[in-house]
Amino acid sequence: MFDDISLRLDAGRLLLILGPNGSGKTTLLRCLAGVIRPIKGELTCAERRAFLGHRTGLKAALSCRENLGFIQSFHGRSRVRPDQALARVGLAGFGLRLASTLSAGQTRRLGLASLLVSERRIWLLDEPYASLDDEGGALVDALIVDHLEGGGTVALSTHQRMPDIGAEPIRLHLCANRPENH
Amino acid sequence: MSAFHTLKVGFHRLGSPPNFYRLCTRLAPWFWAGFVITAAIGLYQALYVVPPDYQQSDSYRILFIHVPSAWQALAGYAIMAVLAAIALIWRIRTTEILAMACAPVGAAFTLICLATGAIWGKPMWGTWWVWDARLTSMLVLLFIYLGIMGLYAAFEDRRKGARVACILVLVGVVNIPIIQFSVEWWTTLHQGSTINLFGESTMDPSMMPPLIWMTIAVKLMFTAVMIQRASLDLIDQDRRKRWVEDVIGEQNA
Amino acid sequence: MFGPLWALLSQDLRLAIRHGGESLMPLMFLFSVIILVPLGVGPGPNLLSAIAPGMIWVAALLSSLLALERLFRPDFEDGSLEQWWLGHLPVYGLVVVRLFSHWLITGLPIILFAPIAAEMLFLHPDALGTLMISLMLGTPILSLVGGLAAALTLSTNRGSVLLSILVFPLIVPVLVFATGAVSVAAEGISPQTHLGLLAAMLVLALTLVPLAVASALRLNIE
Repeated sequence: MFDDISLRLDAGRLLLILGPNGSGKTTLLRCLAGVIRPIKGELTCAERRAFLGHRTGLKAALSCRENLGFIQSFHGRSRVRPDQALARVGLAGFGLRLASTLSAGQTRRLGLASLLVSERRIWLLDEPYASLDDEGGALVDALIVDHLEGGGTVALSTHQRMPDIGAEPIRLHLCANRPENH
Repeated sequence: MSAFHTLKVGFHRLGSPPNFYRLCTRLAPWFWAGFVITAAIGLYQALYVVPPDYQQSDSYRILFIHVPSAWQALAGYAIMAVLAAIALIWRIRTTEILAMACAPVGAAFTLICLATGAIWGKPMWGTWWVWDARLTSMLVLLFIYLGIMGLYAAFEDRRKGARVACILVLVGVVNIPIIQFSVEWWTTLHQGSTINLFGESTMDPSMMPPLIWMTIAVKLMFTAVMIQRASLDLIDQDRRKRWVEDVIGEQNA
Repeated sequence: MFGPLWALLSQDLRLAIRHGGESLMPLMFLFSVIILVPLGVGPGPNLLSAIAPGMIWVAALLSSLLALERLFRPDFEDGSLEQWWLGHLPVYGLVVVRLFSHWLITGLPIILFAPIAAEMLFLHPDALGTLMISLMLGTPILSLVGGLAAALTLSTNRGSVLLSILVFPLIVPVLVFATGAVSVAAEGISPQTHLGLLAAMLVLALTLVPLAVASALRLNIE
């Protein structure tokens, strides 16, 4: 899909992946996550990664709290409890609601909550602003800032809203044919 | 050292689609020619030279097609398995295509074996089908082949489909001996003595030469069809690429 | 260390209970076959008792095929399957857990209800114990082999038909040895060799199949 990408991401930095639809942003993020293996070249990453894509990986038949509990058991716990995470993303009191009853924006917020409940240094976010209003977008920015300040790393793709976080991110533009690194 | 180096370079060159296609189209006619010659000799001997069987008179002669087909159905699978292993370990695209090309041909030989078995069985047993160990194993093998072909065809991304099908091929390699063993066991379990399609007569030594000729003929035909299928599959997959236009241009010139 | 495995197992079981009716389908199918057989071939006890081992096993095989479509596909579609490669446990272990939960949901009920099926088809009483053992050894193999077929066909559209074609040849040895064991037990002969071979196949499948499943899943996800 694309070739000749070489980059290095240090702790506390944000990588911004930009490009039109179909340029391979999702593929790159999945590759960074370790889901897809590169045909040539290698990926060195010592840390645990969190990947939040278009599909949230949450179960519709389970409640919000059960979903977050699973994420904690599966990926490792952080100090944040499920109810605290729900409150942080604006879903306070949604603990017992089934995930199937949530709107698109609420589902996206639940996905963000899943990032908080387990201890992973690297966040890979594919179009995190999708389905969110301005308030939701600001929430994403706030979570990213907290994570970066805590020594974490974030890579995200977007083609609408840009993150508003103060520090300057590393930008990677994917074009239809080849990528250009800034 | 330099011979090994030449081998390595040759191997790598084969991985490139245009070279592979050229090699296949160049080799195929030779295999066909070889098939025609060996089949002619084998069939002549089978039909005219070898004496009639004392029990089955002339109807047993179909064994000269039935047995080589059965052997080739299994040998073809072995070749496909080796190719599948190479394709999965080294991820060589032309090997994937070659492995997938084996499946329909192997399936065809399995069908020939089953059909000739039925034709043979009718005068002997009065029915078109008999549940003897070899025929039943061949029937299961046919389904294994069909499964591989179906799996390959079910994917839009042909490379991914080939690799997934190669996993199935390797699973089958472990399974086929187990299946054959279990079917043998099953036939002894359910009838007192084994039903053998060939009956009680043993093989007369004069029957060996035509059998050997036909076995070689069948191998040559298998290879011819396999490499032709592989080259066609390759052309089909790459039909929009430059090298296909160039090579077709070469052929027309 | 085993946290993720327990998490997956308990989530699978919780979801199976939530989906209630769907999880009972294989069992209902088993009994449909067991009821249809006498209706089809006549209620004579001699005939039924002769075909009982084979019929019960064929019914078990067909009903375990039913639940295979849903083994990996829901996770594939909602994105939770790719998370398996982000965890810190090898996917092999997660595959074993998933196949185990499948067996708990489909295979175990079949084993528990087998005595009823045996009674309805007049299986020789001496053979019942052997039937239970053969099911205990064989249904896990069904889950393993079925899981492999489900993993191979995960990203294709033609799921169920292709799945059945893939499973059938692989399952022939299990069928032969399992029904063979029950048949000889009904005649009073010891089924040791048959059951031993079945156990050997289970061990072989347990070690090799999850590897193949993990590779197949990865290929389909990429």
